[in-house]
Amino acid sequence: MKITLTIDGVRYDDDVEPRLLLVHYLREHAGRTGTPIGCDTSNCGACTVLLNGKSVKSCSVLAVQADGASVTTIQGLAASNGSGEDGWHPLQRAFHEEHGLQCGYCTPGMILAAVDLLNENPNPTEEQVRDGLEGNLCRCTGYQNIVRAVLKAAGSTTGAGVQA
Amino acid sequence: MIPASFDYTRPGSVEAAVAALAADEEAKVIAGGQSLLPLLRLRFAYPTLLVDLGGISELRGVRDAGDALEIGALTTHYELTRDPLIAAHAGLLAQAAGTIADPAVRHRGTIGGALSHADPAGDLPAVITALDAVLVVTGPGGSREVSPGDFFADYLTTTLAPGEILTSVRVPKLGDGWGYHYEKFHPTAQAWAIVGVAALARRSNGHVAEARIGLTNMGSTPVRAGAVEAAAAGAEASATAMRAAAQHADQGTSPPSDLRAAADYRRHLARVLTGRALAKAAGV
Repeated sequence: MKITLTIDGVRYDDDVEPRLLLVHYLREHAGRTGTPIGCDTSNCGACTVLLNGKSVKSCSVLAVQADGASVTTIQGLAASNGSGEDGWHPLQRAFHEEHGLQCGYCTPGMILAAVDLLNENPNPTEEQVRDGLEGNLCRCTGYQNIVRAVLKAAGSTTGAGVQA
Repeated sequence: MIPASFDYTRPGSVEAAVAALAADEEAKVIAGGQSLLPLLRLRFAYPTLLVDLGGISELRGVRDAGDALEIGALTTHYELTRDPLIAAHAGLLAQAAGTIADPAVRHRGTIGGALSHADPAGDLPAVITALDAVLVVTGPGGSREVSPGDFFADYLTTTLAPGEILTSVRVPKLGDGWGYHYEKFHPTAQAWAIVGVAALARRSNGHVAEARIGLTNMGSTPVRAGAVEAAAAGAEASATAMRAAAQHADQGTSPPSDLRAAADYRRHLARVLTGRALAKAAGV
């Protein structure tokens, strides 16, 4: 089945099997291996990407369902809204500065879920951050530094927006 | 974990979707796919054809239909939490939808999909049961309307006939004086309800004039707690009176025993959570 997708600003035309999952398309056809596969059952959130600007678990979307859509992965995030000397997205910078990761496996999904969270609510409370990230599991950090990073990014981008 | 092969079609109208579904008895409907895709991946289901409703724009969104709201089957949980008509006339649905899974799942999952999947641990079946909603079903022979009691048949089973699609849910507007609350118990974030309680109460002169209670996961289908409704009607609007009425919450239910909770524990939860939900609905 023929599909057309825009991934991180680049257009892809392809012919795929209907059963191909979006996460497999991103990794194996589009080179977006920055999107990891975690639990395979839509629990962990590691494969979270933005589909037309909203967070989704890409293991639970068929590539054919995303036909015509625009996808943002962690690899396109900085390009979409990079700033400062490092060129990073404010959330990437905040995760770095606040040590919001250890092994890093959950980080791409965690950051994209946080982008969506801050788009919805640019000035969240700590509780709202924890609620907003409930679909993303981290086995290393205990979440403290992740929450701190999201709050820091919110503070640093107030007024400027953190849109992807 | 890759699903077994299937064909795929994305029709542009309900008519075409019904025709595609009727032509292949092993076909399945997909909307947001948040329940179906995990089943396909685990190969618990292996349809020959997926009929994707995603291209049928008439199934999206919420419409004011006079004394009721007509909610298109493709309306996502996220949209339910944001829709101004729902907030104004069926707030229980918005509050309960906001407790489903997590934000990413709510962006994809739809009301029609959640109801058709008929998971006893799903939140919306009990909510629409308490709201006295009507399900509108379209098949090869046209449309028909079904009450929640006649729609949910058993564990993961509805009375949808082959070739039929749930196209919308008609929710009567709550009038003045109604309060509501969905109370859900789950021990970890983003988990299914062990028990959930959807409560509606209409207050009048310091009393509860009328109450409606729907229970999640207290049987293979959502159930109304009729004994609580009877006990609450006419009772003083106080936390004590609501807790007393809630003692009947497990009457006539047959909750499952599974790895997460024994039936007795579910009965206990139903009584406690109903007391809380009813008190909040009654504004006390």
